[in-house]
Amino acid sequence: MSPSTRPLKIALIGNPNSGKSSLFNHLTGLNQKVANFPGVTVDKRIGSFRLSESSTATILDFPGLVSLYPSSEDEKVVIDVLSNPASEDYPDKVIVIADASNLKRSLLLLSQIIDLKFPAVLALNMLDVAKRKEIKINTPELKNVLGINIVEINARTGTGIKELKEVLSKADPDTKGIPVFSAKPLAPELLISICELMPLKNEYKAFLVAQQYSFLRSVPEEKKKKIEELCKNSCADLNKMHAQEIVTRYKIIDQIISKVVTTGNGTVDKEFSHRLDNILTHKIWGYVIFLILMFIIFQILFEGAAYPMKMVEIFFSYLPGVIHDILPSGILTDLFTDGIVAGLGGVIMFLPQILLLFAFIAILEETGYMARVSFIMDKLMRSFGLNGRSVVPLLSGVACAVPSIMATRIISNWKERLITIFIIPLMSCSARLPVYTILIALTIPDKKMFGWINLQGLTLMGLYLFGFIAALLTAIVLKIFIKTKEKGFFMMELPVYRTPRWKNVFVEMMEKARVFIFDAGKVIVAISVVLWVLASFAPGDTFSTIEQEVKNTPQFSGMNEQDIQKLIDSRKLQESYAGIIGRSIEPIIRPLGFDWKIGIALITSFAAREVFVGTMSTIYSVSGSSNETKTLQEKMRAERNEKTGLPVFTPATAFSLMIFYAIAMQCMSTLAVVFRETKGWKWPLIQLFYLSALAYIASYCVYRILI
Amino acid sequence: MNFIRFYEICTLMRTAANLKTGESAIIDHFSDSEVSLKLMEMGCLPGEKIRLERIAPFGDPAAFWVSGYCLLLRLEEARTIILDESKVYN
Repeated sequence: MSPSTRPLKIALIGNPNSGKSSLFNHLTGLNQKVANFPGVTVDKRIGSFRLSESSTATILDFPGLVSLYPSSEDEKVVIDVLSNPASEDYPDKVIVIADASNLKRSLLLLSQIIDLKFPAVLALNMLDVAKRKEIKINTPELKNVLGINIVEINARTGTGIKELKEVLSKADPDTKGIPVFSAKPLAPELLISICELMPLKNEYKAFLVAQQYSFLRSVPEEKKKKIEELCKNSCADLNKMHAQEIVTRYKIIDQIISKVVTTGNGTVDKEFSHRLDNILTHKIWGYVIFLILMFIIFQILFEGAAYPMKMVEIFFSYLPGVIHDILPSGILTDLFTDGIVAGLGGVIMFLPQILLLFAFIAILEETGYMARVSFIMDKLMRSFGLNGRSVVPLLSGVACAVPSIMATRIISNWKERLITIFIIPLMSCSARLPVYTILIALTIPDKKMFGWINLQGLTLMGLYLFGFIAALLTAIVLKIFIKTKEKGFFMMELPVYRTPRWKNVFVEMMEKARVFIFDAGKVIVAISVVLWVLASFAPGDTFSTIEQEVKNTPQFSGMNEQDIQKLIDSRKLQESYAGIIGRSIEPIIRPLGFDWKIGIALITSFAAREVFVGTMSTIYSVSGSSNETKTLQEKMRAERNEKTGLPVFTPATAFSLMIFYAIAMQCMSTLAVVFRETKGWKWPLIQLFYLSALAYIASYCVYRILI
Repeated sequence: MNFIRFYEICTLMRTAANLKTGESAIIDHFSDSEVSLKLMEMGCLPGEKIRLERIAPFGDPAAFWVSGYCLLLRLEEARTIILDESKVYN
């Protein structure tokens, strides 16, 4: 285990709100990555840093927790790793970070770590907050009582990090700590038999295994059965044992606290927070301020992201041409430029919105305002099976579902988080806007009702409302059907207000961008390639026949090169595999009022909803780049059904199509990001199926009523 | 939860959910063993003083001041905290 042969493995453990992520970010900077814990939907944040001149260390940032008794899937990971010496993440040393202004709760977790006999270091954080509260801590005395190294740090500014590294790099044999709680008297025989069975040396570990064996992945099934038997035979009341442990620990902790902590009556922060809360959680002003904040965030999300998105779009529309010039022409070059590069463009397109949204969310979290949002919204959201924290991701779904689904991380209860993820795609995102715009322009007259209400605007608002109501109704249904074993607790700290730590905000933005590009990006590029193949290939030599035909048709010979090319592209798309699929699904979509050309657009717009407009332009071979929607609109209006000769885009069809786009999960990026966030294909596929079915039924009803 | 409510009414025991804003009391015991474990870990121990700081606009959840910090609890969670009536704080 000499540090020169392999890096020291360090685990970072602490309460929520203790400054754990800040410390992690200070230690590792951008030298961190996200991996998976095997078999669970929990992210594993690992970083590495230079410990001394000759050695490095890897550090694992565990989910924040109050004690080693987990109450969520995230927290189970901690005990799973710490109870299993064979785990690749089993640490050599543990840093426990504690909020000095609230030492009591931090010591509960620390005392459990000490009793597991891990070499522990206490990183005492937030001494500045403690000082303002007039709390004084006698650190040398605390060190004596606990028997471990203590380093005073400030995770906000980075002071004490150097000292922490020094302490960690030393091989110090007297840092095992002084045992706090003795588990043996509570169930002596049971613990001895478990120690023999596993085998274990540590009685406290046996005590934890006795209570938590059922979900520990490191315990094989046959041992689980034996432990179950042992527990039954010993007649030990496990819940009572747990309760006794907490009471005993807190009794000892209270003695420690009375020895080393002197409390004044500093109430500066609390007073300030209290006064601010009087406004921010007020029954009227609280909601008004929240709405104004949301309004500002969305304005920036729409407007601020528009310019960089345009840049990305322009860049990626020129890039294929440049590559075509460099590379020899051929099918591989086409695949690379029109399939892969276009897919990459689709991925990078989302970055501006992801970065902006996560900057805002990080700031709301850092300042403590997010806890207030939970507080004032929880009752309302709970009736829909959601959580107070669902509000921000749900509302940001209006900009784009992709970053919003990633933002559901802030919801700790799995069921509430899953429902939120499930309904976010029903919020009308900005990619639907071009689709809505062209269809509304096609069917709704540009008139004003009562002289001031714009009918087209009213329809647009109706579509947004429709999506929102569909989302809430879906949530109610899911609330009944999703069952979880996990018992959900709401319990959370209402922290005092703080100024945000900008380094954290920055790291959080980078982290989310990286996760999106590398995890969801892969799926998006893959689907993009598939869609490209479907739209650009046809069976046999259909394409060359089309080119010949068009060129040989005398009535086209007077047209210029560009228009002929447009005509050829249109014909090619119609005969491609996408066209064939479009034709073959026509019997299914005809009850909704769609023909096979709309069918092609439905398939290609799975890449992104706004592709609908582009596909329609190609199919109707709209010429001229200026006023494109205008001409497309005219062509669509003129379009007649091949068999009946009646107009295709009747109000019934247009409305049916709008409702279809309002509901259907026509977005591969959303699918990819749900896959990434739920760590499997089960939920994205259920969601795809449900939303497609709902879209179909709703469109059918609308078409039937209006026809 | 309905059973707990019924039990409460029958025995006329006051819970943390019955506190008025600004009122303090001492925690006696808990009526739900699973919730109690989490509550105790969060610092709500028997004998500890608990004060209701504020209630959310729609009457739920509520913010309690306990063992040196502010804890948000839904009412169904607060209702499992039974108060010690013999010691009254103001």
